[in-house]
Amino acid sequence: MRTTFHNLQELRRSASLVTKVFIQRDYSEGTVCRFQTKFPPELDSRIERALLDQTVKTLNSYYVEAEKIGGQSYLEGCLACATAYIIFLCMETRYEKVLRKISSYIQEQNEKIYAPRGLLLTDPIERGMRVVSFTHLLPLSLSVQG
Amino acid sequence: MSAVMITRKVRKWEKLPGKNTFCCDGRVMMARQKGVFYLTLFLIIGTCALFFAFECPYLAVHLSPTIPVFAALLFLFVMAMLLRTSFSDPGVLPRALPEEATFIEMEIEAANGNVPAGQRPPPRIRNVQINNQIVKLKYCYTCKIFRPPRASHCSICDNCVDRFDHHCPWVGNCVGKRNYRYFYLFTLSLSLLTIYIFTFDIVHVVMRSVNNGFLNTLKETPGTVLEVLVCFFTLWSVVGLTGFHTYLISLNQTTNEDIKGSWSGKNRVQNPYSHKNIIKNCCEVLCGPTYPSVLDRRGLMQEDLLVSAASTAPASSPSSSSSSSTNPVPQTTKTTAPLLPNEHTPDEAKPSIAVSPKEELPPAPKVPPLASPETDVETSIAKDKAH
Repeated sequence: MRTTFHNLQELRRSASLVTKVFIQRDYSEGTVCRFQTKFPPELDSRIERALLDQTVKTLNSYYVEAEKIGGQSYLEGCLACATAYIIFLCMETRYEKVLRKISSYIQEQNEKIYAPRGLLLTDPIERGMRVVSFTHLLPLSLSVQG
Repeated sequence: MSAVMITRKVRKWEKLPGKNTFCCDGRVMMARQKGVFYLTLFLIIGTCALFFAFECPYLAVHLSPTIPVFAALLFLFVMAMLLRTSFSDPGVLPRALPEEATFIEMEIEAANGNVPAGQRPPPRIRNVQINNQIVKLKYCYTCKIFRPPRASHCSICDNCVDRFDHHCPWVGNCVGKRNYRYFYLFTLSLSLLTIYIFTFDIVHVVMRSVNNGFLNTLKETPGTVLEVLVCFFTLWSVVGLTGFHTYLISLNQTTNEDIKGSWSGKNRVQNPYSHKNIIKNCCEVLCGPTYPSVLDRRGLMQEDLLVSAASTAPASSPSSSSSSSTNPVPQTTKTTAPLLPNEHTPDEAKPSIAVSPKEELPPAPKVPPLASPETDVETSIAKDKAH
């Protein structure tokens, strides 16, 4: 009785897991937004390592650009402070501009690379910037239905 | 007995867990207890109103008209910063969706290996090396995530907040990554405003007393006494707070880290986030990028409601009644099949390539948790200490 319950749990778990793979954040460089470039073994059969690597590296470079602290961010910060941040009601911040670029990049990647391989890449902002998640679009065959 | 499934569109903020209150259809986000925030508003607006009513007419004529103008600008800046701090998302981390939570649990189980029966599993901690310093990432049982570095769970708002500083009842909100600079500018500008009003109150009383005498002056402008009292007590606290936060910013530390003594220097631990340069630290905190909110408060989602047509329906579970329902499910907006008992619908059944704003709520899979907080050695020891 106990072992069958355990098997049912396992099946339920694996059934819900088979649809999603997550790439976690890489905190080795501090609190900057950066995702791990480690290749998840679950995707080994679905996509080439180089393509996934390229996608994650490009995403990381976009986030670096968004969070860069330099002349432009100082100017934006000081100007906004001088107007008591009211200017943000009319102006888009640099971070928001880069986020738009990221979402169009992800859309393009999905259309060109991931959808033909039966995967869907989710924008990290929809998951609280914690993970890049891949969803299997084509259902993998399950031996027993849960 | 029949039941009808009704689908309606709701904004995501209505379904957000946590103890926040939302106003203006999700545009404003605050903590639940707002009493002290109203007191702050009352004190600032009240004192400034008295200043403009009693002191400004005299000072504008006898000294300079720029005095009330500058006071008005300062007052507006203080209010803008206060409202921005109170109404914005401090950097709340959304809770993990069921798949992500399960994925993390699987990873933890794999890392722990086989725990012998009867023994507690090890505490859920991940070690990360940042700048040659080992930082421990703790697992949050409420949000089901490993907290990013510098994030902490606010028990008052019941949310994990990124770069959590503290929960401030005076502004009625948490202070975190997204609103820390507004909070700092609020305390700084409030200090300046308090000093400004205090100084010109004294100047006004002195100038008037020269002509009319001290007691007559106080009779003519009774507001001055109140203002001086409020400013005197506010000065000590707000100026002290501004000084404290200036110190924290120069070291790139949060109040939370300071209180816990995370980087106090014992065991040779140092702050891995500090640039070791005061100017650089200040620039990063005050002039860094403005982070967007990752809580999509105003996005739309579908909510399925099961409405029982008969008023004397037996107290059975709502999902079981739908299986025997003869009413067809309305096809206009719903895209999944009717719920059968204890079956979870495939979530995101129809993903589209184009990013769509609609999101369906998958019912939580009925998997019992692998470990509860009570089995965690660390939290149970902490609880023992609390008693």
